[in-house]
Amino acid sequence: MPPRILAVGEVAEGSLTKLSTEVATVARKLAEAAGGEAVGLVVDAAPDQAAAELATYVPKVVAVTNPALSNEVPAPHVAAEVARLLEEGVTHVILGVSQDGRDVAGTLVGLTGLGLLANADSVEWQDAAPVSRASVLAGKAITSSTFTGARGIVTLRPGVVTAEAAPSAGSVETRDPAAPAVPAPKVLDRVEEAGAQVSLEDARIVVVGGRGVGSPEGFRMVEELAEALGGVVGATRASVDAGWIPYARQIGQTGRVVKPALYLGLGVSGAMQHRVGMQASQAIVIVNRDPDAPIADVADLFVVGDLFEVAPALTAEIRARRGG
Amino acid sequence: MQILVLTKPVPDPAAGAERLGPDLRLDRAASPTVVNGNDEYALEAALQLVEANGGEVIVLSMAPANAAETMRKALAMGAARGIHVTDPALEGADMPTTIAVLAAAAKQEPFDLLLAGIDTSDGTGGAVAAGVAARLGMPLLSAAASIEPDAGAGTVRVKRLSAKGYDVIEAPMPAVIACTQALGAPRYPSLKGIMAARSREIASRSLADVSAEVAPGDGWATKVLEADAPPARAAGRVVQQPAAEAAKTVVDFLADRRII
Repeated sequence: MPPRILAVGEVAEGSLTKLSTEVATVARKLAEAAGGEAVGLVVDAAPDQAAAELATYVPKVVAVTNPALSNEVPAPHVAAEVARLLEEGVTHVILGVSQDGRDVAGTLVGLTGLGLLANADSVEWQDAAPVSRASVLAGKAITSSTFTGARGIVTLRPGVVTAEAAPSAGSVETRDPAAPAVPAPKVLDRVEEAGAQVSLEDARIVVVGGRGVGSPEGFRMVEELAEALGGVVGATRASVDAGWIPYARQIGQTGRVVKPALYLGLGVSGAMQHRVGMQASQAIVIVNRDPDAPIADVADLFVVGDLFEVAPALTAEIRARRGG
Repeated sequence: MQILVLTKPVPDPAAGAERLGPDLRLDRAASPTVVNGNDEYALEAALQLVEANGGEVIVLSMAPANAAETMRKALAMGAARGIHVTDPALEGADMPTTIAVLAAAAKQEPFDLLLAGIDTSDGTGGAVAAGVAARLGMPLLSAAASIEPDAGAGTVRVKRLSAKGYDVIEAPMPAVIACTQALGAPRYPSLKGIMAARSREIASRSLADVSAEVAPGDGWATKVLEADAPPARAAGRVVQQPAAEAAKTVVDFLADRRII
């Protein structure tokens, strides 16, 4: 039986997320390589726009209008739809590594007993099965893994593939919602916090303040440099634990994993916990007083100096070059 | 209030000695072992909830036989007792098996809340808490930055971190909560706690004891085909210049790489 690969789409403010366009691209390419079929899924209170967007990547999309998603956590509902599609012949499920994607993946593993290949950097079809490559053990090894059976679940990290639309748009089939197998928590309130608007994972340039920044006031200097560069601000665990910046900005093992075109670190020492979250960045520039800081191992350019002098000079130089 | 906390013994990230063995599984002898960092945040939150509401904290691990010593650190922080599921048949267990075994062991202990770290430093699939919740038919409250149970109403309220801030979510208890560092730093065990932990029970349970419906003989659902070392980074350039000059050097570098 030819494989059927499901791309699980996520919706943010009515639109398909960027990560979901990447997931859909991977699902379509896997299906093409396997001689199978790619299917997309969107579950939302108002799924139409996101479903139409997903149909530009895969030949067929299942859109489920589920009013419960306006005030309930989506994972149990999405897992119920995926479980139904698995019963109908879907063989492999691809989800993005987001909080909801991880929750759906875990729920599905619990419900179905299927295997999970988590945090894939790439997925390719080899010898009748998908093979996932992932960085493990704090970046010390890259493993290639597969399923021993004919079905399984993969989660794909953000930004590891470039989304590519299909040559022609696919069709959208609408369905009524399936009942969730596990209770969905109610969402009582959605609170937006300042400084959390731009996703760290999506940013092309990330300017990171570490322990050396020293204070919340020090972070203003980091913010100014990020603004001059058109980037976003990230943080290390030390600066988050010190309360200088919210946890949502943390990069590393217990925070976000980023892979921007430029990582610019100020006063970052480079604890292993942090390096795991940034060492795949395309270019790494560090400003630090201590030339022996462990972050030097991954730096392309290491400026030995006082960040309180270098960072403002850098902000001024960038503004000058940009004629601003 | 009874709180179960999943605590996974993992290689100490600070030691930086993690490696895969020739069988492409984690070489557990290569590194000192600690309680997974995110699980310690879960444990701290559990201890604070019990201090405020009464009850006890029980730590639950599925780990090799020698992991009991690592679990004892969790007891030294203040957990009342431990359950250690250990069985040679579980060596190298995959995600569905781990989830099934932990859920089966949890089922034997009535609880109001089951807490776990949002992911583990040696696995990072971040799927175990959700899987255990699904197996138990309980709600999952993930990415928790605060936990407020309401014993009267029988519900628990959680601040769930979102891309833009947080959502306030609520579900009936018993429930499963995946915990983040935003809950607050774990305490250090006191000398008194370390002494008390010596006499606290860590009950050892085999696969048969927990009656998990898993069949390890059938083989695991996933397998590692090969492992490579990550590509080496070319040595970087180090400069030490006055600030204005250093700024020019950085901007030239960025222009050269077409970043700006």
